[in-house]
Amino acid sequence: MELEHLITTVTFLPLATGLLLLATGVIANALGGSGLPPSLWRTVGFGSTGVTFLLSLGFFRRFDPTDTGYQFVEYTKWIPDYGVHYHVGIDGISLLLVLLTTFLMPVVLLASWKDVQKSEKSYVFFMLFLETGMLGAFVSLNLFQFYVFWELMLVPMYFIIGIWGGPRRVYAAVKFFLFTMVGSLLMLVAMLVVYSLFQQQTGILTFDLVSPPGGGPALLDTVVPLGGPGVAWWQTQYWLFAAFALAFAIKVPMVPLHTWLPDAHVEAPTAGSVVLAGVLLKMGTYGFLRFALPLFPAALPDWTPTIIILSVVGIIYGSLVAMVQDDIKKLVAYSSVAHLGFVMLGMFALNVQGVNGSVLQMVNHGLSTGALFLLVGMLYERRHTRQIADFGGVAKPMPVYAFFFGLVTMSSIGLPMLNGFVGEFLILVGSFLSHPWATVFATSGVVLAAAYMLWMFRRVLFGPVEHAENRKLIDLDWRERGVLLAMVIPIVWIGVYPDPFLRRIEPSVSALLQDMQARAELATAAPPRPEAVAIAVGEQP
Amino acid sequence: MIPIDHVITLSAILFAIGIAGVVTRRNMIVILMSIELMLNAVNLAFVGFNRLWPGGGAGAHYDGQVFVLMVITVAAAEVSVGLGIVISMFRNRDSVDIDDVSLLKW
Amino acid sequence: MSERANDLLRWIPLLPLLGAVFHGVMIGIIRRSTPRWGVIAISCGTVGLSFVLSSVAFVALVGIPGDATVLVDRVYTWIGAGIGASRFTADLAFRVDPLSATMILVVTGVGFLIHVYSIGYMDDDHRDDRGFQRFFCYLNLFTFSMLMLVLGDNLVLMFLGWEGVGLCSYLLIGFWYADRWNAYCGAKAFIVNRIGDFGFLIGIFLIYTALVDAGVPAGVGFAEIASHFGAIADMTVATPWGSEWLLVDLIGLCLFLGAVGKSAQIPLYVWLPDAMAGPTPVSALIHAATMVTAGVYMVCRLSFLYAAAPVASAVIAWTGAVTALFAATIAITQSDIKKVLAYSTVSQLGYMFLAAGCGGFTGAIFHLVTHAFFKALLFLAAGAVILAMHHEQNIEKMGGLRRRIPMTHLVFLVGVVAISGFPPFSGFFSKDEILATTLASHLPGHAVLYAIGLFTAGITAFYMWRLYFKVFYGESHAPADLLDHVKDPDPVVVNPLLVLAFLSATGGMLGIPQIYGDPFGIEHMHSLNNFLSPVWPAAEPHGVAHATEIMLTLVAVAVALLGAGLAYQLYVRHPAWPGRLAQRLSGAYALLRDKYYVDELYDAVIVRPLVKFSDVVLFRTIDAGLIDGVAVNGTARGVRALASGGLRRLQSGLAQGYVVSMLVGTAALLWYWLR
Repeated sequence: MELEHLITTVTFLPLATGLLLLATGVIANALGGSGLPPSLWRTVGFGSTGVTFLLSLGFFRRFDPTDTGYQFVEYTKWIPDYGVHYHVGIDGISLLLVLLTTFLMPVVLLASWKDVQKSEKSYVFFMLFLETGMLGAFVSLNLFQFYVFWELMLVPMYFIIGIWGGPRRVYAAVKFFLFTMVGSLLMLVAMLVVYSLFQQQTGILTFDLVSPPGGGPALLDTVVPLGGPGVAWWQTQYWLFAAFALAFAIKVPMVPLHTWLPDAHVEAPTAGSVVLAGVLLKMGTYGFLRFALPLFPAALPDWTPTIIILSVVGIIYGSLVAMVQDDIKKLVAYSSVAHLGFVMLGMFALNVQGVNGSVLQMVNHGLSTGALFLLVGMLYERRHTRQIADFGGVAKPMPVYAFFFGLVTMSSIGLPMLNGFVGEFLILVGSFLSHPWATVFATSGVVLAAAYMLWMFRRVLFGPVEHAENRKLIDLDWRERGVLLAMVIPIVWIGVYPDPFLRRIEPSVSALLQDMQARAELATAAPPRPEAVAIAVGEQP
Repeated sequence: MIPIDHVITLSAILFAIGIAGVVTRRNMIVILMSIELMLNAVNLAFVGFNRLWPGGGAGAHYDGQVFVLMVITVAAAEVSVGLGIVISMFRNRDSVDIDDVSLLKW
Repeated sequence: MSERANDLLRWIPLLPLLGAVFHGVMIGIIRRSTPRWGVIAISCGTVGLSFVLSSVAFVALVGIPGDATVLVDRVYTWIGAGIGASRFTADLAFRVDPLSATMILVVTGVGFLIHVYSIGYMDDDHRDDRGFQRFFCYLNLFTFSMLMLVLGDNLVLMFLGWEGVGLCSYLLIGFWYADRWNAYCGAKAFIVNRIGDFGFLIGIFLIYTALVDAGVPAGVGFAEIASHFGAIADMTVATPWGSEWLLVDLIGLCLFLGAVGKSAQIPLYVWLPDAMAGPTPVSALIHAATMVTAGVYMVCRLSFLYAAAPVASAVIAWTGAVTALFAATIAITQSDIKKVLAYSTVSQLGYMFLAAGCGGFTGAIFHLVTHAFFKALLFLAAGAVILAMHHEQNIEKMGGLRRRIPMTHLVFLVGVVAISGFPPFSGFFSKDEILATTLASHLPGHAVLYAIGLFTAGITAFYMWRLYFKVFYGESHAPADLLDHVKDPDPVVVNPLLVLAFLSATGGMLGIPQIYGDPFGIEHMHSLNNFLSPVWPAAEPHGVAHATEIMLTLVAVAVALLGAGLAYQLYVRHPAWPGRLAQRLSGAYALLRDKYYVDELYDAVIVRPLVKFSDVVLFRTIDAGLIDGVAVNGTARGVRALASGGLRRLQSGLAQGYVVSMLVGTAALLWYWLR
């Protein structure tokens, strides 16, 4: 099959399906019918996400682990006068994230098959829209294009939380939207500064992060100064990194910018929470790895201590606060803060083991926390409450549920043989090489994770059945078992045999780290003369 | 010849009376009259300056006076529209007090 | 033959895993019930087969000539990251050397016997077939994890088994989960274990980082660490308070923290007594014979490290000794038959660590093996007593049972004699070796350690015979209608007991000290020592003079007799004395009976303050109050106030107001431009 436009197909298929359904419905309506039934929307939507996933498996199979660059690259000039181009590609880091996205969407649609009662058609449409937005952000190699997709993702998410959410959904949706947007605006400013710096140094206007196929200018070649005469403060690596980091740190989320997450999770519908935890949070960490670190590597010695401290604080703080929650979803939300603290810790260890573990843990967290939210959703569907105090002894009427819940809990706390351990362990090993003391504190998070998860598990599933309503709970049906099985199989697979995944991540990661090292040295050397840089980029002197 | 200072002074005084009227009076019709007064003050200034600097010889021009004609026309149009609005206002509110139509208030 | 044996190694842990997976899928996903005989066949069959394979591996191992006795089975690379020398790899590889061969025989052998015993013991759950299957699922999973722990070729695999047994412990302690107390005890075990695991992980990281710093290939496999150990043996670390420590000491201590958690030593022993909430076979298998011995195994596996880490070894020995004494003192006041045995286990584990700390790794493993035999025996026999007494566990309500349950009585007696250390039963030989090693070692204060060990041996004899007498002798304190139904359990329960009794009685033959063989001219009397000594070349052989050895033996036996005799006096001859003694020394008695209030201390000093802090300070004040309240919502409120309070009022709707603003603005602009 043709590889030429695989990325474009995979990225835009969901949205195209949504628009097609919309158009068909409008036409059907105009011709005197009543539009398309919601079940058709659901089926076609699910089918489209399923096809997208199957197509994306092609990425996995045809990915060349020995090639450290971008693969499946597509490039078209979009607005040449301003250097905005359609430039997409996948490397080892984004490969697994793309797969995670395409995998989670059909699972989520299947899981929420009966969940949504009102405006089902809009719901499916927004989900499809969201998938395109997320995929686009992961594969974009042009900064402007990335920003477009980044902001684009917010819109359907806002609606999903705001329409189909819980009692405080409007507050949560607005909070989510504004919080993320504030960071993004600063990032936009920083992007424009880099853009203008590049233009000053080479005379070319481009937003491309890396060279397009066939050679060409790339923003990664900008020599962003560290400081010095004639350089404004807002042009230095230090502050530009800060601007990018702020946008991504809000998304991760890092303490103290995390408070949008518990509200968004609690108020969002189940499917929304799964996608939010599974994919959207990874945008932040991915952004760090793809943009903030490569563009401003010389700012890292100044910023790494702060970020490491915030990560460790996130781990411990997130775990401690999770321990005192009454709402299961809020507990899991805070556990996400803790887990992503680990991811950031591994990333800023800046060695192969740590970053490898970090990328793998992004995927692991998506699977295990996504599965947790699915499980909570199934319980909520039956009892319409998420308060821990309303449960107890649920394992008796729902043993299959207890089995899956137990397995996913163990994955979440990093039990070996399951996926969480592999990522967590690599992160800690890598992090210990760079920051031993921080790692010691972070490892205590392992104990705390066991504490709060087992506490919750015990209170919900073990013990006597206290409330009469819990006695009559119906166990999982085959659709629900299928959904959970789909999540559990990769959880076990990655835990037992992570090599195929690690093998694909590693070359890109080590190339990235080496690249960063080289560019950091370049920046700390003598301030560049514009002509010299122009020659380096391949222009005629 | 009338000294240009006199013309400017008279024009300024009339303009100031017009502004004072616009800003202070509450009756819509009086406000319109004050606007007319401001416009006429400006007309006076135009004519006065045209008389001061007419050009002379082959370059003689009457731009100021021509402009006055344009101002008068525009004033007439504006006043008719304004009076139309006042009548509409009166029909709705039974009043020509400008404080009664602060509907775009917060 | 060796090649075939190599490939078979992976099946030793894999078979029980397959059993567990089968049960798990049937119960957890498909919900189709399996007939009882099917469950038994799969569970006992897989463990039995593992035992057979372990024996085959053992035979193959013995058949390897020379000193390099090891079989390795490498399956694939599990976790690998990095390039070059600092590459971190953890392969899925299994290693059988004399140490692990001993362990797998114990685990699969004793495990198999306990599986068989459980068929009868868990029969109670007839109404719920899946309870039966669930139990065996967890038992199989546990066996798998324990085998991974001892067979793992590197520290990460060992950690896998380490955590796995912790998980199974959690599941099995809280097996009857409908009772909230059971679930709590299970969680307590898991979390306290995890505190130890924290130390274990730091130890692994330290080893890896040290190897990277030394520039040698940094694998965490045991063979690799041992071969490159010289490069890191001399490295030092600067502590925050200014002194300099040997790196290997630090590593040893961190790893030992893991052992403290897993093997229930001070201060992380608190989970073990509460673990008695689980079914008795669980207590026998996990909390006597296998899981709790994992810490001892780990120390012995890294013997080369501890031999080079004097501070760590001293800490181990002292912790072991103090724990042994501490737990023994608590055991003398307990009324629950299983709690006595639980504290006894903590105490005996202390002995094993005492030996390991003094460099007597063989002694530690010897005691591990004999303890597995007689403690499993005691627990299972106690289980038989409990079953016979219809789930009564309080020994104050028992008495005079020796005629009603003769088989149980007999095996229990064998166990008591073994643990007290009377020759020629197994406990005598192993305990004796430990005491001899302690006296002969070069640790600071080793004489004191010996005294503690000796004294504890006396107390051990005392509380065990107290237990025996209270249950089987004297007058019965049970209600009459209960007594009519008291009888020995079924053969399926009794037969494993008989096997274990035999092993407890004769197991000492493995480690008869050389001095008994010399008069007869027999070389290599101590077969276990000969078998195991190639594993720890770094350990110095600690010998005592023959005369001293015989003296020590006599002293030990005398002390044991003293303890037993005291128990006889107090609980058979003068049954009123214990009560009066307890009243006289009521303060001390309460202290011991209430376990020195350690649980309450932990709760008040650590658990409650932490939860309170998290709730009040972190969640309410900082998160909801400061971040959300002030920063986020506060900003929103501020913007709103600015807009509605201030800016909004500019829209007055009064046209003349607008005119005035225009005039003022125009005037200002003109002034600015024309000045």
